[in-house]
Amino acid sequence: MSLQEDIRTFIVDNFLFGEDGGLKDDSSFLAEGIVDSTGIMQLVSYIQEQHLIFVEDEELIPDNLDSIKKVTSFIEAKKMALAAGSGIPE
Amino acid sequence: MSLTGRFSSELLRVDPEKEAARICGRVRELMLSQVKRRGLVIGLSGGIDSSVTAALAVRALGRERVLGLEMPERHSADESVRLSGMLAASLGIATVREDISGILDAVGFYRRYDEAAQLVVPGYGAGWKSKIVTTDVMQHSGFTAFYLVAQAPDASIVRTRLPLKPYLEIVAATNFKQRIRKMLEYYHADRLHFGVAGTPNRLEYDQGFFVKLGDGAADIKPIAHLYKSQVYQLAEYLGIPEEIRKRKPTTDTYSLAQGQDEFYFSLPYDKMDLCLFGKNGGVPADRVASALGLEPEQVEMVFKDIDTKRETTRYLHLPPLLVDDIGWHDANGQKDTKNGGTPT
Repeated sequence: MSLQEDIRTFIVDNFLFGEDGGLKDDSSFLAEGIVDSTGIMQLVSYIQEQHLIFVEDEELIPDNLDSIKKVTSFIEAKKMALAAGSGIPE
Repeated sequence: MSLTGRFSSELLRVDPEKEAARICGRVRELMLSQVKRRGLVIGLSGGIDSSVTAALAVRALGRERVLGLEMPERHSADESVRLSGMLAASLGIATVREDISGILDAVGFYRRYDEAAQLVVPGYGAGWKSKIVTTDVMQHSGFTAFYLVAQAPDASIVRTRLPLKPYLEIVAATNFKQRIRKMLEYYHADRLHFGVAGTPNRLEYDQGFFVKLGDGAADIKPIAHLYKSQVYQLAEYLGIPEEIRKRKPTTDTYSLAQGQDEFYFSLPYDKMDLCLFGKNGGVPADRVASALGLEPEQVEMVFKDIDTKRETTRYLHLPPLLVDDIGWHDANGQKDTKNGGTPT
């Protein structure tokens, strides 16, 4: 399963009772009322535990977390930065 | 109130004498026509809202028809009981004190709270104090985050962001306090054939700052239409002791002192009042900002936060939802369509 599919599955299972209802990868979670602030906490806990990254306070912004696409790009960028910082090749 | 002239806190000024008389008239009317009980129980916290509610109830019904309930627990500020006692004495009402520490202990509140705190602060336990604080909406345009601020027995402070699980555990455990208090209010109301008065002001009611079936439960909420600064105006008129009127609003819910604007509201109450009032009146953010000495962008953030809180706490106001409307008929067989026809 790709990273994007993994995030989609998490969102659909946890916030939409398993029915995606036409959710697009760039649908805004907040604008469409899919995920509220508690839901964002749940999403952050999931990506921290599942993808082994730490989300900093200043990274808790819609640009990083407000759609499947944005979450995917954010995790990829964090993982790349982590790999570059630790010298571990991707 | 015209919103076309200069926008300032002056627009929130009420005639306290008229407003108190209007509220008392309405309370009497509602007690007779709908609540149909012969008095009111009010949980007293030593704060401004419960004090004003109690004073209005005394004016509306007479002091012998008002019972003040003091419900401290292990973490309550010492001054809460002292100030509620002062209020009760000034109003001449009877009070009952129910220390809820034993009930909280029996339902495992203290243990559950400590265990949740230990998930983020290993070693948290006896001798520690803590509170939850939230992101400053004015400084941060992102999502809301919650932090546990914990004070060790040696007075050192730890501040750590709460992941979802311990956050929900802490809030769920803490909600026992409001629900146990409400259970006791209804116990005393039932034994006296009284109703229960809720004490939210407009900020709390509008923004969902209450616990469902806890402090959100009541038969009548006499000051829910009043902005907090209007509650203070009535307090002065009603002769609420000055020490209560000067006390900084606090949640008195966590073991470490917590201001309402640290946990829930984005601004101190007087500024929050004006933002909510402005937003409700369709006043542009730049006019509200200049009245408050803030930037328009900051007021826009507060406006957005008001909408977010309304949306996320809407369910707190709802009665239990039914799949089909089964209707609710009054004694004359007329269908009541209020509240979706559902008895609440």
